[in-house]
Amino acid sequence: MNSKSVMRGMIGFYIFLFFFYLFGPLIVMSITAFNTPSYPQAYPFEGFTLDWFVKLWNHRAMMDGLKNSVIIGLGVVSLAVPIGLSAAIIMNQIYHRARGLYYLVTISPLLTPGVIIGISTVIFWKDMLGLTDFTKATFYKGIILTIFGQASFISAYCLLIFMARLTRFDRSQEEAALDLGASYPQVFWHILLPFLKPAVVSAIVIGFLSSFENYNTTTFAILADKTLVTVLAGEVRQGTNPALSALAVIIIGISLGGAIIYEILKRREQQKADLAQREAVLAERQEAVA
Amino acid sequence: MSAGVELDQITVRFGEFTAVDNATLDIKGGEFFSFLGPSGCGKTTILRTVSGFLEPSDGTVRIGGQDMRGIGPNKRPTALIFQNLALFPLMSVSENITYGLRVRGMGKAERRKKADELLELIALPGQGDKLVSELSGGQKQRVAIARALAVQPQVLLLDEPLSALDLKLRQHMRNELRAIQQLVGITFIYITHDQGEALTMSDRIAVMSDGVIQQVADGKSVYDDPKTAFVASFVGENNAFAGTVTRADGDYAVVETAFGPLRGRNSHGLRPGGRAILFIRPESARLAAGAPDATFSSKVKNVAFEGNMSHVFLEGIGKKDVTVTVSRQDGAAIPGQDEVAAISYDPNLGLVLPEGKMARE
Amino acid sequence: MSSRAFVFIIPIIVIAIFWAMAKFEYRNNNDPTRKGYFERNGKVLGIAFIALVAFWTLFLVGLPYLYMVVESFHPQLPPIKRGGPDDILTIAQYQSFLLSKHTDSINWLHISSLGFTIFVSIVVTALNFCICYPLAYYMAQTGATQKVRLLMLCLIVPYWVNEILRAFSLRLLLASKGLINQILMWVGFTDVPIDFLGNNTGLYVGLSYAYLLVMMFPLYNAIESLDKNQIEAARDLGAPWWRIHKDVVIPYAKPGIASGCTMVFMLSAGSLAAPQFLGGPRMLWFTAIIYDFFFQNFNWARGAAYSFILLAVCIALVMLLLRLFKVSLGETIR
Repeated sequence: MNSKSVMRGMIGFYIFLFFFYLFGPLIVMSITAFNTPSYPQAYPFEGFTLDWFVKLWNHRAMMDGLKNSVIIGLGVVSLAVPIGLSAAIIMNQIYHRARGLYYLVTISPLLTPGVIIGISTVIFWKDMLGLTDFTKATFYKGIILTIFGQASFISAYCLLIFMARLTRFDRSQEEAALDLGASYPQVFWHILLPFLKPAVVSAIVIGFLSSFENYNTTTFAILADKTLVTVLAGEVRQGTNPALSALAVIIIGISLGGAIIYEILKRREQQKADLAQREAVLAERQEAVA
Repeated sequence: MSAGVELDQITVRFGEFTAVDNATLDIKGGEFFSFLGPSGCGKTTILRTVSGFLEPSDGTVRIGGQDMRGIGPNKRPTALIFQNLALFPLMSVSENITYGLRVRGMGKAERRKKADELLELIALPGQGDKLVSELSGGQKQRVAIARALAVQPQVLLLDEPLSALDLKLRQHMRNELRAIQQLVGITFIYITHDQGEALTMSDRIAVMSDGVIQQVADGKSVYDDPKTAFVASFVGENNAFAGTVTRADGDYAVVETAFGPLRGRNSHGLRPGGRAILFIRPESARLAAGAPDATFSSKVKNVAFEGNMSHVFLEGIGKKDVTVTVSRQDGAAIPGQDEVAAISYDPNLGLVLPEGKMARE
Repeated sequence: MSSRAFVFIIPIIVIAIFWAMAKFEYRNNNDPTRKGYFERNGKVLGIAFIALVAFWTLFLVGLPYLYMVVESFHPQLPPIKRGGPDDILTIAQYQSFLLSKHTDSINWLHISSLGFTIFVSIVVTALNFCICYPLAYYMAQTGATQKVRLLMLCLIVPYWVNEILRAFSLRLLLASKGLINQILMWVGFTDVPIDFLGNNTGLYVGLSYAYLLVMMFPLYNAIESLDKNQIEAARDLGAPWWRIHKDVVIPYAKPGIASGCTMVFMLSAGSLAAPQFLGGPRMLWFTAIIYDFFFQNFNWARGAAYSFILLAVCIALVMLLLRLFKVSLGETIR
C-alpha cells in the first residue's frame, strides 16, 4: 500500500515536471510581455504595461506578414483538403499490389525535411514558370510557391486524417443508397461526404494551423515576400523584443480559447448523443410492454 | 406490382471459391420465398446477385422476365433490407424513408407527404423528425422496411433483418412482416439461418448448403419430406442412423444400422447394398416396443423436462445422442437414468435417404 | 534543358507501371463485385479525384524532388548561361562536399557538420523517447478518462505556438541574463552566468522541446490499443514492472515507437529554427549550410546537392534502424 502511494506520488511529480517543461518557457515569456524593460525579462517585474501589444499592432512588417500567412493558409487548405480527400478515396479503391507504391509516394512528403521541400519547390517552379514571360510575371510569386510547397506535405496530413475516418465507414451505407436508386456521385455527395464532415473540419483546422506556423519550407519558398513566421524569425535573429512575447500571449490566448470552445462543442455533442440514447432506451421499454 | 424472379443456372465464383453452384429457381410474383441455410452456404450471395451488387460468373438473373445482366443495383426494381439495416445515421427518419424518392427527383413537399403516409403504415406517425439513433430496435426495423417500400419495388429482398432483435420482438416482427407482404402484395425474398422464421413466414423455402440448393418446397414438405440428408438434419431435430440398405420392398427399405435392422420409407428408391441414413424425428419415436424392424433399445443418459413435453436423451452412435420427445398427453412413463429403454416408431415416419453431407450441429 | 527534361520521363514511367498494374489486376480479378473506377465514382468525380492526386504527386511531390536531384548534377551558372554549352552534367557539387575547392584536402568542415547534425538528432530522439514514454504509458493505460482528456488538451495548446516563438521563449530562459542564470546565481551555484547557448545546451533543449509532441502522439496511439488484460496477466505472473515494459508494452508499441522516433529524427535533422536561434556561435548545423548556399552564395546547385546528401543519409539511417529493429516502413507511417 505504501509503495503504491509512493509510486503515485512519483507519477504525479513526473507529470508535473513534464508540463512544467512544456509550459514553463511559455509562462515566463508571457510574463515578459507585460513587463516594462525593453529587454524581455520576467524577473524582477518592474512594472505592468501593455505597450508591447501596441508596438506589436504598429509593427508594419508583422502585420503584412500576418496578412500573407492568412492568404497562404487559406490557399493551402483549399488545395490540400480536396487533394487529401481524393487521395484517400483512391487509396481505398486502388488494387492492393499497387497500393504499397501509391502509399509510399503520397506519404513521402512527411518524411522529407521541410527545408528540402522548400528548396525543391523553388528550383522546380522557377524553371517551370520561367518558360514564358506571362507565367513568370503572374505566378512566380512567393505566396504561390509557398502554397505549393506547404500543400505538398499538408495534403499528406489530410490524407491520413481522411484515411482514418474512412476505415470506419460502413460500406452497407453506400450499398443501401445505391439500392434505393442513387447514382455513384449521389452516394458521394449524400452519404460519404456528410460522413466525412468531421474529418473535413479537422483537416481544415490542422491544415491551416500547420501552414500558419510553418517555417522550414516557407523560408525558402516565400522568396522576397514575408509571412508572419519569417518576420518573427528575422526579429528573433536580430535580437529580442518583448513585442514577440506579446504576440505569443495572443497566440496562446487564441489557442486556449479554441481549445475551450472545442471542449464545449464536444460536450454538447455528447449530451445530444446521450439524449438520443435515452430516447431509444425509452422506446425500447415501451416496445417491451406492448 | 410484383414481379417474379428467375435464376437460370447461376454460378458465382470468388477466385477459386464457388459461392453459388449452378442454382436454378423460379420465384413467382407475389410469393414470400425464403432461402434457408447455415452461414456461408451462399444464400447472401444469391441475394446480392439478385439485387445487382454481384454479377454472376455464369447464368442469368431475370426479374419480371427481363434479363438483368449489366443493370446496376440502382437500376433494378428491387429493394434490399440489410442485415444491419444500414439506416443513414445523419438523416432524420423522414429523410431516410424518402431517400429513394429524393434521388428520383421528387419534390420536397411531395416527399413530406409520402413520408407521413409511410410512417402511418409502419405505426410511427409523427416521428419523422427524430434521429435514427433515438429509435428502438423494432422501430429501426420498421423504418428500414418503409425506406425500402417507398421506392415501390417489385421485389423486396431481406437479408436476415431480424437477427439483431431479441427473441420476443423477433416473433412479433415475423407476423408483422408477413402482414406487410400480404398488404403490399409484392415478392419477398427472405434470407435466414433461422428455420423458425423460414417455416412460419414463407410460401416456399429453398434450403441451401455449400452453394447448392438442396430442396425447394413449402415448409411442410421440407419438414416432412426432406430430399437430402442435409435438409433432414438441418431443418428440425432429427435422429440419424447410418448403415447399408439390406432390403427394399415397395415403398420401404431396411437399413442395417448399429442398432440392428430398421425400416423406413424409401422415397428415393434406394437399392440393397447402398449406403443410407435412416432419419427418425424425436417426436415420431415412442418409448415402447413396436414392430421388430422398427424397434431398438438404448440406455437413457438424461431427461430434460420442459413442461408440456420431455426430451429423453439416450446413448447413440458415437457422440451423438438419440433423442425421443415425449409429449405430456401421451401419458407414457418416462424411464429413469441408466435404464435401458425400448424405442419404436411408425415406419411411415422413418425416412431412408442416401448418405450425404449432414448439417453441423 | 535536355537533362532536365529527362525528369519528366520518370513520372510517365511510374504512371505507366501503375496503369499496367491496374489493368493486369483487373483482368486477373475473379471477384464478381469488381467495378471499374469510373463506374464507381462517376465521370466527373472520377476525373476530379485523379486530376487532384496527379497534380499533387507529380507537380508538388515527384517532379520537384527529381528536378532538385537533377539540378544538383549541374554547375552553378548565371541565369543567362543556363541551358547553354556550359550547362553540362557534373558531379562537382558532390565532390565539393568531400573535398575543399582549391586545396583538394578533405572538406572536414562540412562532413563534420553533417556528422554533428546526425549525432545531435539521434540524441534528441532518444531523449524525447525517454521523456515521453512514461507519460504516454500513463495516459494510455492507467489514467482516468477525464484526466487524460485534460492532459491531452494541455499537450495540444502549446503546440500551436509556433516553432520560432517557442525557440524564443527558451532563449529568454537560457540567455546569460535569463531567468535560469538569475536563479542559479541567486542560489549561489555560480558567480558568472553559464553560457547555455554557447555550449549547445540550448540546441539540445530547443530541439527536444520543439518535437516533444511529435514523439508523444504516436507513442500514445500505439500503447492505447494494447489490451489492459495483457499487462494484468503479466503482472499476475509475477513479472516486475520493468519486465512488463520490456516484454509486453514495448514490443507491442514498436510500430508507434518507430514512427515517433523516425519523425523526431527527420524533423531534428532538417530543422532550421532551433539551431539558428539556440545554437552556439561556433556550431554549424547542416541545414544552415544549405541555407547559406541559397541566400548568401546563391549557389542553388550546390544547395540542392547538399539537400540530397542530407535526405539520402537520413533515409538510409532510418531504413537501417528500422531493419535493425525489424519494423517495416509501412507499419511506421500510420
